[in-house]
Amino acid sequence: MSVEIESRECVVRGDGGVVEQLVVNVGPSHPSTHGVCRVIVHLDGEVVTKAEPVIGYLHRGIEKMAENRTYLQVVPLTDRLDYVGSMYANWAYCRALERLAGIRVPERAEYLRVIVCEMQRIASHMMSLGSAAADSGAATMFIYAFDQRERIIELFEELCGARLTYNYVRPGGVSFDVPEGWVETALAFCRTHRAALTEMDRLYFGNVIARDRLKGVGVLSAADAVAWGASGPVARGSGVNFDLRKHDPYSVYPRFDFDVPTGSNGDCYDRARVRLFECYESCRILEQAIAQMEPGPFRTEGLPRLLAPRPGDAYDHIESARGSLGVYLVADGTPRPYRMKVRSPAFCNLALLPMLAEGHMLSDLVVILGSLDPVFGEVDR
Amino acid sequence: MALVDRLGQTLDSGSGGGIILTSVDALANWSRGKSLWAMPMGTACCAMELIAASFNKFDFDRHGTFPRPDPRHTDVMVVAGTITRKMAPAVKRLYEQMADPKWVIAMGNCAISGGIFYYDTYSVVRGVDEFLPVDVYIAGCPPRPESLQDGVLRLREIIATGSISPDRVREAVLTLPSSGAVSFGKRPGEGEAR
Amino acid sequence: MNIPELRDHLCAIHPDLCPLFSIEFGDGVLSVPCEKLYDAAADLRELGFDRLGMVTAVDHGTEFEMVYRLHSRSMSAAIFLKCGVSRDEPRVRSLVDLWPAALWQEREAYDMFGIEFEGHPDLRRILLPEGWEGFPLRKDYCDDRVVRRPDYI
Ligand code: SF4
Repeated sequence: MSVEIESRECVVRGDGGVVEQLVVNVGPSHPSTHGVCRVIVHLDGEVVTKAEPVIGYLHRGIEKMAENRTYLQVVPLTDRLDYVGSMYANWAYCRALERLAGIRVPERAEYLRVIVCEMQRIASHMMSLGSAAADSGAATMFIYAFDQRERIIELFEELCGARLTYNYVRPGGVSFDVPEGWVETALAFCRTHRAALTEMDRLYFGNVIARDRLKGVGVLSAADAVAWGASGPVARGSGVNFDLRKHDPYSVYPRFDFDVPTGSNGDCYDRARVRLFECYESCRILEQAIAQMEPGPFRTEGLPRLLAPRPGDAYDHIESARGSLGVYLVADGTPRPYRMKVRSPAFCNLALLPMLAEGHMLSDLVVILGSLDPVFGEVDR
Repeated sequence: MALVDRLGQTLDSGSGGGIILTSVDALANWSRGKSLWAMPMGTACCAMELIAASFNKFDFDRHGTFPRPDPRHTDVMVVAGTITRKMAPAVKRLYEQMADPKWVIAMGNCAISGGIFYYDTYSVVRGVDEFLPVDVYIAGCPPRPESLQDGVLRLREIIATGSISPDRVREAVLTLPSSGAVSFGKRPGEGEAR
Repeated sequence: MNIPELRDHLCAIHPDLCPLFSIEFGDGVLSVPCEKLYDAAADLRELGFDRLGMVTAVDHGTEFEMVYRLHSRSMSAAIFLKCGVSRDEPRVRSLVDLWPAALWQEREAYDMFGIEFEGHPDLRRILLPEGWEGFPLRKDYCDDRVVRRPDYI
């Protein structure tokens, strides 16, 4: 089931020669497909001539389910979308709902949201960097990265009691204020994390084998990135300077001083490196947010349990670890959404795989897939 | 394991076989239970906890359990995550590829019953036990890594009470739920229920 | 560029698109008849809307509403493009030749709503397995296997 040969066929090459083409099925349960992705690969020798992702193995119908839940009951469903970064979908959904229902969010809640989302970005990038490295054979990196991720998850657990499905960002605020001493632990984490990042940078990106595996593989041009709707580190790795936190600033992001790292070559190396540098920036934002946060209410009091926004539709988006994650909500005046659509960045990024993989070796396919960082809960929804 | 199983058959029918059978059982169970390699059938969020369980902090290796994503090398399939109708044939086929004796752990509410995806959805199989024989259920959404490790320890207890005698061997229920899913490129003679 | 500026800009360059423009919940919306969808999208692309963010549909019972979200980095503005298609014969022209991003997103809209995109090179189901019956996000989708959630709120 992991990798198996589907068929052999002969095709005539452009220059008149005949090659035997091998059609190989990778997945849907393959350790390096980051979930349940199946790729049907056409091979000429070891070179990929065509790669066709088959997705939908985790299509759970969340958009349909949302139509039969109240607005508040949808929040736990959004946790299960991007399960490597649950906070993002929570937040994107809440923003769309808040826009629709005209809910104002207290300032402290905005800061708390920024803090958890930046931590989530680090956690998510650690997962992505680690597993992408493990795919290319550098399993040590995974252990270093996972160590960092585990620390953040412990912080989240202290904050809201869950390790993975937080249900933390709620319409009108967040579910809990920070416990005592949490902020200090978070700041201490920032300090150790920077050192760990530098170490990982040397360990992995300084390694000549890793560089050879990543450089020049899966090159995505800036024009293609825009035309294909890529976002997040995938687009930024190609030099497209597009980050919603800067270019469509939401929440309290305009108050922070941070940079948007971009790559220049658009290969796997740049995409992975951009993720690493984003972690430094997240630390910066985290420290500023913690310093600026004032005491105050962390959620809007007196929100009715049955929200019934007036008919209309609203879209809002945030910058998740994978790119612009948007939620489109249509209301019809009842307490249930009429339609919810999740614009998932991973879905759009994964559509690039056939283009990127063509002409590379089969073993590079998993590296390219890893560099696109798909999370299948979000791809398939 | 075919040899051990045949041994069980012979011993069961012979006179006084029961005593020998018990000792052989003890030996077989001891050897089967100590080093359970896990086939991580991680599909969704629970897979993250499955990974967490096998890395640094929780360190699955100390229980002799090691995730090995190859069905031919593994003893226990850990189904972690939502199984959709599209995925179910693949899970079933992977299960069939595993060598006997084999066990299944259903990790997380989704694998137990569909969990949060029980109602209103058209594409989720409500529990992996609709088509696989499950030995241990671990509740949680997601269960903590410790729960998974506890589940593996429980499975060992179950194995310790098992027997190689044929009438005590579990019957695998290998019928797939009726679904619109295509069968998974089945080849002749393969994937039939045994 | 904020939304009123965007409207003025649009009206100055494209007077025929101007009356179709409206503002809903702070988003600029351009509602066009479906035959004009492709041309309007092409015009907007010329104007600098270089990213196609989202393609989806909403089942309003009487008709489907196609929703496209276009985004422009140079103007840092976004606009919704909407058009209604009949339920009996849901057909719209594909935007794949303007933005390849539509390739998968239109397949998804086909998969979930059964909307035929004319000119799409590869219109197949994407999330559901081949051979699935019906289009699940339609409001009248029936499936015996679905268990309805009991109606406690
Ligand atoms: S049980 Fe919960 S955490 Fe596990 S796969 Fe299902 S929804 Fe995700």
